[in-house]
Amino acid sequence: MLKIKNLHAKVEGLKILKGINLEINAGEVHAIMGPNGSGKSTLSSVIAGKEEYEVTRGEIIFEGEELTEFDAEERAHKGVFLSFQYPVEIPGVTVTNFMRTVINANRKAKGLEDMPANEMLKKIREKSELLEIDRKFLSRSLNEGFSGGEKKRNEIFQMAMLEPKLSILDETDSGLDIDALRIVANGVNKLKRPDNATLVITHYQRLLDYIIPDFVHVMLDGKIVKSGGKELAYELEEKGYDWIKEEVGA
Amino acid sequence: MELKDKLLSSFLAFEENVDMNSDIHEIRSQAIKDFEEMGFPTKKQEAWKYTSLNKVLKHDYTVFPKKEDTIEYRDVEKYFIDDIDTYKIVFIDGIYSSHLSATTHEKIDACLMSSALNSSKYKPIIDNYFNTVAPKESLTSLNTAFSREGAFINIPKNTMADKPIQVINFSTGNESALMVQPRNLVVVGENSHVQIIERHQSLTDHPVLTNSVTEIYADKRAIVDYYKIQNDNHSASLIDNTFIEQHRESFCSVHTFSFGGNLTRNNLNFYQKGERIDSTLKGITVIGGKQHVDHNTLVHHIEPNCESHQDYKGVFAEASTGVFNGKIIVNKEAQKTNAFQSNNNILLDDKATINSKPQLEIFADDVKCSHGCTIGQLDDDALFYLRSRGIPLKEARALLMYAFANNVLESVKIPELKARITKIIAQKLGVNVGYSL
Repeated sequence: MLKIKNLHAKVEGLKILKGINLEINAGEVHAIMGPNGSGKSTLSSVIAGKEEYEVTRGEIIFEGEELTEFDAEERAHKGVFLSFQYPVEIPGVTVTNFMRTVINANRKAKGLEDMPANEMLKKIREKSELLEIDRKFLSRSLNEGFSGGEKKRNEIFQMAMLEPKLSILDETDSGLDIDALRIVANGVNKLKRPDNATLVITHYQRLLDYIIPDFVHVMLDGKIVKSGGKELAYELEEKGYDWIKEEVGA
Repeated sequence: MELKDKLLSSFLAFEENVDMNSDIHEIRSQAIKDFEEMGFPTKKQEAWKYTSLNKVLKHDYTVFPKKEDTIEYRDVEKYFIDDIDTYKIVFIDGIYSSHLSATTHEKIDACLMSSALNSSKYKPIIDNYFNTVAPKESLTSLNTAFSREGAFINIPKNTMADKPIQVINFSTGNESALMVQPRNLVVVGENSHVQIIERHQSLTDHPVLTNSVTEIYADKRAIVDYYKIQNDNHSASLIDNTFIEQHRESFCSVHTFSFGGNLTRNNLNFYQKGERIDSTLKGITVIGGKQHVDHNTLVHHIEPNCESHQDYKGVFAEASTGVFNGKIIVNKEAQKTNAFQSNNNILLDDKATINSKPQLEIFADDVKCSHGCTIGQLDDDALFYLRSRGIPLKEARALLMYAFANNVLESVKIPELKARITKIIAQKLGVNVGYSL
């Protein structure tokens, strides 16, 4: 589904990604772990199409197409979804209305008519139950005054509504208490299908107790330096990142 | 003939045509003299530095429309807030339209200035309040000299107006260019409450110049909420002079929604004559083309323990220009004043301009005054967030501008009005409103 080859990227003139290689197939869950500043969040923003991040070398192939040719919204239409570490507040636009705007923008891109109101409401109800979101929450302004947990839950709710092919969860566990973490992870697991894939970006192993990855990659200084199965996450939790740094001579 | 000369020479003819109330006659005569002396304001004056009336004044305006015109309600329905029950005071080319209006004299008076000026019943109110709040300034004096018609709203003490009052001024295309000068007086007694929605709407592409004066007197513990919808078409210019005198523990708010028109100048002055007064001034401006909107505000803190809150937001596209000139005066006696002022702007294009100027004159030493002004573009991270959800760039920008302006709406107390303004903003910004926001 996704093939990243020798990806290099700059942010404000600084080289952040220095040759990433990664392949994700349908049905798989991948986790990228790494210390702060290793480039994890940059990678997720580059895949999702943040304009300020400049790809200088390499390619990102998604379902056979070069993603860097497309704007952020076009990538979304193709089925790429990024759950933000810091979702943006949009005062005056309720969660429900934002969802309508988003769903219909994606339908329009596919040449479809707006989703009928009753169908939309049904879908919103169904998906909000999955994330244990109550009705009152849906009529609040998007992310405005939301707690950390509410913001993240709302991100996964959007993911559930959009049903993307590739979901990238950027530090979705940060700022979550254990209950919110369980709800969010439970939502992600229920959305898992043989035809979609998930990339979890995280600092801590904690989230991976709930979302079990098929592959774990360690990122250091803009490169993936080690890959393995889920047991690699436990090893990192126990021993930290220093042994890997030594192992790869960084 | 210059507009000034035309106005001066038509004053005698005007006076012959109105009923003579001797007191008012004196006030008018003095006012025309004052105007003659002062003339129209020019850019040389500090308060008019960024707004020139030259272009607006050069048209050959008819100052007294001869022909009366009628309008069918169904043709102008969209300019009313029609989904709630309201009193309506409606004028067409400056002349009262009884068939579009719904006035009252029952618990409150929501009626005509012309009848108030000429009836003995209202003489005490006119004597006490008419032309007492408005200061002697050229445009105000000009309006006073020709004051004949407008809204007269009188809320006796301990009375809650049972529904909002809409004051709507239509102008038609009967004259090739028209100048109108509505004069409104709002007197709100002790412990009383009223909500007013005001709108000026031109129905023609001919130039229209409105020089409006509104005096508001809020007695002790009165609550006054005043909303101005400025969404006129591009050939209409508006100079709105609104003066509010507040007394002890009263709450007054004025919201100004500026979306249309050619040149719009808002002179909004609050005078706090008592303790524990709260004054709120809010505005949203969304304009483009060559439109110009100028907010010139004054809050004069005269007594101790009062508050004022100013929050103006503007979105300026293309070659539009904005001015925010916010003056706060805190007298020496006005200790424990809390005065806040904020003016935030987004410029969408290189040719758009905003001149933002806070003026604080503080003579008391124990006060909290703050002012903040920002001029910026849209946030890239926020745009990326929306686009990553599949919202195209243009819509994403519009949605962010909408969100930027939106919090000014929170204090609007009439839900139907809030919904209407929201809709106008969304349309202005090109946000898809396939649903009710």
